[in-house]
Order: sequence, then structure tokens, then C-alpha cells
Amino acid sequence: MRHAITLRIGPATFRIGSAWPQPIAALARLYAAYPDVEGAIADFTVRLQPTSLMRRFVRPSIFITGDHGLADAAPMSLSHGLLAAEMGMNLQMALGWRRHLLLHASSVEKDGRVLVMTGESGSGKSTLAALLGERGWRFMGDEFALLDCDSGEILPFPRLVSLKNQAIDVVAQTVGEARMGPMLRATAKGDIRHMVPRADAVARMAQGGMPALLLFPRFGHAADVRPLGQGEIFMRLTQASTNYVALGEPAFTALTRFVTTVPTRAIDFPSGDDAIAMVERLWEQLA
Amino acid sequence: MSAALLVLALRDPASVARLDAAGWNHLLAAARAERLIGTLAWRLADVAVPDAARAVLDDARHDSAREGQQALWEADRAVDALRGTDVKLVVLKGAAYVAADLRAGRGRFVGDLDILVPRDAIPVVERALIAAGWEWVKEDPYDDAYYRQWMHELPPMIHVERDRMIDVHHTILPLTARPTPDAAAMIADAIPITNGLYILSPQDRIIHSAAHMLADGDMQGGLRNLWDVHCLYQEGLEADADFHLSLLDAAARHQLIDAVRRALRLSHRLYGTVGTVDDPLRWTDRLFIARLLARDGWGRETRKALVFGFFVRSHWLRMPPLMLARHLFTKWRKGHRPQ
Repeated sequence: MRHAITLRIGPATFRIGSAWPQPIAALARLYAAYPDVEGAIADFTVRLQPTSLMRRFVRPSIFITGDHGLADAAPMSLSHGLLAAEMGMNLQMALGWRRHLLLHASSVEKDGRVLVMTGESGSGKSTLAALLGERGWRFMGDEFALLDCDSGEILPFPRLVSLKNQAIDVVAQTVGEARMGPMLRATAKGDIRHMVPRADAVARMAQGGMPALLLFPRFGHAADVRPLGQGEIFMRLTQASTNYVALGEPAFTALTRFVTTVPTRAIDFPSGDDAIAMVERLWEQLA
Repeated sequence: MSAALLVLALRDPASVARLDAAGWNHLLAAARAERLIGTLAWRLADVAVPDAARAVLDDARHDSAREGQQALWEADRAVDALRGTDVKLVVLKGAAYVAADLRAGRGRFVGDLDILVPRDAIPVVERALIAAGWEWVKEDPYDDAYYRQWMHELPPMIHVERDRMIDVHHTILPLTARPTPDAAAMIADAIPITNGLYILSPQDRIIHSAAHMLADGDMQGGLRNLWDVHCLYQEGLEADADFHLSLLDAAARHQLIDAVRRALRLSHRLYGTVGTVDDPLRWTDRLFIARLLARDGWGRETRKALVFGFFVRSHWLRMPPLMLARHLFTKWRKGHRPQ
């Protein structure tokens, strides 16, 4: 493809090709602090290609595909090219990664021990991880937590943090403009802006840690903390994993160990500051 | 053309020693696009490979092993569903190669379960499968009538719990195609694999594979079909020195000698299949080879005009012109466009 870049994020290497220069230029700027792996053998190929010959030039329309594609993925406009590239990388991981159990979760680390937060889109897990990453924790990832089936460790996958709607201002004020990507207005998930993780998160992206606390956060409710049964936690985590079935028995064993050894709570919170206070308190008590 | 890299790596695994990182990226992308990466992983099991590529190949081996296991389970479920019906269940293509532990099954990705049953047993099979939890994928009266009147298979069914598709064939080519293979003879000649599960005879496996690739489809997945032919032919020859003669004899009986001879010429040319009788390439073979290799280093299909030409050809082979026009018009009205 005419424009291309190779990126390594955590254990995975992506070769991203694009028919247009803009998405690649945006990636090059935001991933500038990541290791230089140009020309490496990639785990995955991502392609941003025109939906038709004409749509390369006239009202450009991006079809996101690669080694693993979804036939019915909705095309995106070129102005959302950065998001398309990020979605392309996520798609390859979700459909193709086999070396760890993938949990759709954010994670942060302190003293070698890891806090994992999982929940549906909009639960606040990305924002919480981003904010904690600015307050004494090491940010490990906001989309996927990689559970090593042999060691039980959580490994980092610190891509750009994808912030949505109200979360954008909250985080942008904390981290400053230099680490923020362009504002992408009116995407399928509303407004989106990407944030570059702190330098320590990037420098230590090969270094995992043992999980010490699992939280199911829920944003926009009165503050509350609830315990969950192990059966329910297990089911929720299998649903939060895209490769649980593909990995088979090792995944079952690793997830069973995770569920039976890691303390878990569901937490509701009305605002970011409340959430951070609740998380810090639970960490003191349980982890 | 990166598909040529893939063909070379399958044919001669030691050739990967010459690849740089870019070459590996092109090889892996082409292998994934052709759904041959599991096969490639098997072929490269004993040669030196860079660590980064080895990790990708190990994943592919893991995936193909799981798919094979799943395919065996689906075949087992189909046998179970038909138990007590007296219908001889012949499993076709990938699932058959895995079930019979053939070389073509090593690392092969198996999609749907394809089975062949006698045409007059279709109503019994349909009822038995529905009773066991399979259901129609889409209820479109035009498609359903079309399949039942003209095709060699029922409309696809899917299992309600396992989400796996089954294709029930009663012969190996559409009824509208010019050759009319003798499906009853194929079923009669089928060989038991396990209790209740049969595979086509060694000759008929190749005839079916060649028919599927050259006398029916538009060559999508052609490199994989041709790899099947290559493996099946080599195994046939190892078991029987006169295999070539019996293969051509059977192919003639099923009116598929042209497809089989072309498949052997192509597999000899691309994969170096040995034992095929000296049969020089025709000029039309070059078009097939160009179509088979139409894949770039990003896994994209190239040579759009040629690919479209083969798409048109596949319909031409399936149907007489007037019927084709009517079919394409109906599909066009429904908004169908070729990929």
C-alpha cells in the first residue's frame, strides 16, 4: 500500500497500510515515543483501503480490514482515519490474538500489582485508567488486558487511550494538549479524542504484573460497592473476552484461577473524583 | 505477486531461508488471505524461521488444530442425527481430510461441514437434521426454490446452538452444469472412516476437488483447493502405482476429465506434483495461473479484470445463457453485487 507504518504495542506488532497519507501521519505523531520497529515481521496486517476506486478521491471512504476482517464493518470518513487505524488494530487483536487471554478491560499497575477494570462501553473504565495513570499508577491499557494463561500475569497493551464525549475535557485538562490527538467529531460513538499514555507506560510496556483487584465500574450512578458471586464474575469475563473459546482449556484454567484468587467488586460512581477515591480505598482494603 | 511466494514456500519449505522481514510479511499476509497459513505452518515445522514469524505460525497451527477438532465434532453430530435412517453419510472436503487423517487435512482450516447423501434421501436427511437442531440460514423463497430446482445442494443450514453451518449435497455439481457426474456411483464407492461416516474413494476425492475448483466456482480459494489436489494425488500415487490411470478412468466416467487434467497440470506447475503424466500447459492454463496468483503483499486481490472474468465464467459454467440472464436480473433487483 502506498502509505505504511509498523507499530509495536505491548507484545503485538502491527503493519498498517493506508491508501491515504493522513491516517499514517497521525499515527506517526502520536506513536512517536514507541519503539522504532520499522521493517519488523508483523503479527498483523491492517489495511485502510477505499470502499471503491472512486471513493479514494471523491468523499473518501475507508474500509477497515486486514488479516482478519469483518465483511459488514461500516466504512468511515477520512477525517476519522486515526480512529479507523485504531479500530483496525483492535479488530486484528480481537479476532486473531492467541498468545494470551484477551479481556475487554482497562488496567493500571502499582508496586508490581495490577488493578483490572472491566465493563461495557461507557462504564468509565477507559477514563478511570487514564486518570489513575496520571496519579501515581502506571497505565497498562484501556481496551485489552492480556492474561497470560501460564503465569497468571496481566500484560500491558498500552495503545492510545480513546476518550469519548464528556471524558475528553476532563482528561485533556489533566494531561495537556501535547499528549492529545485531534478531535474527531460525530463518530459512531460520538466525539472521540485520543490520548498518548505517559512515557513510563510506554517504556515499561513489556513488563506485566499479577492481578490484585478486579472492578466492574459503572459511571453515572449514586456511589455504591457490591460484591459479586464467582459464577457471575466468571460468566461476565468470558463475555468480555473475544478469544476465550478459541484458546480452549488453558483459558478455562487461567480464568478459573483468576476468578478464585482476585478480589472483585462492582462499583457505581457519580463522578471521576468520587471514582478515584473509591478505587484507592478499595485498593487499600482488598489488594 | 506474493501468492507466488506462498506457492514456493509450500512447495519448497527451505526456500524461506531467503526471505527478509518484508518477504515474511508478504508471505504471511498472502497465506492468511488464502486461508493456507495453517498449512504453511505445518510445512515449515522443521525449517529455521525467525522468532517473530514462528510465533505467528504457532498461532496458526493452534487455530487449525482447534478447527479440525470442531469439524470432527460436527461430523460426529451429523452422524448422530442420521442414525437410524439408513442413509450413507459421505463427508466431503476439509472435514473429510481431517477425519481420515489425510495430508491435505494437516493445518487445513475447515469451514462448513459438507456432506453428500443420495438425492432420494434428501427429505429424510432434511427432517433428521431439523429434528437435531439445524435450521435454515435465511428464508428467501426465490433462493430456496432456486437451490431445490437447480443446485447440487440444499440451501445452507446452521445449528441453532453451535452456530455451525452444514451443506447437504446430493451431487457434486449444479444440475444445470454441463457435466453430469454419477453421484450414486460415488456414494457406492465411498469408504468408511468411522462407524457411520464415509469418505469418497481416492479417485473421487480428486475429481470432486477439481470439479469444485474448475468446473463450478470462480477460483476463490483456488490455491487451497489446488493444494488439496496436490496432497490427494501424491497420497493416491504412494498407495497405488497405477493411480493416474484409475483416476482418469473415473474422471471420464463422471464427465470431468478436462477439469481433472487441468487441475493436475496446474498442481504440477505450481506445487511440483510428481507422477502426473507429461501434459504440457495450455495457453488457457496461464490465465488460471495468473488468477491463482492474483494476491499482493498486503493480502489484497489484484488483477481485478481477470478476477471478474472468472466470476462471470463461474456463472456461465453453472447455467445456460438465458437462465443465467434471468438469475442475474433477479439477483440484481435484490441488490446483489459481485464482490
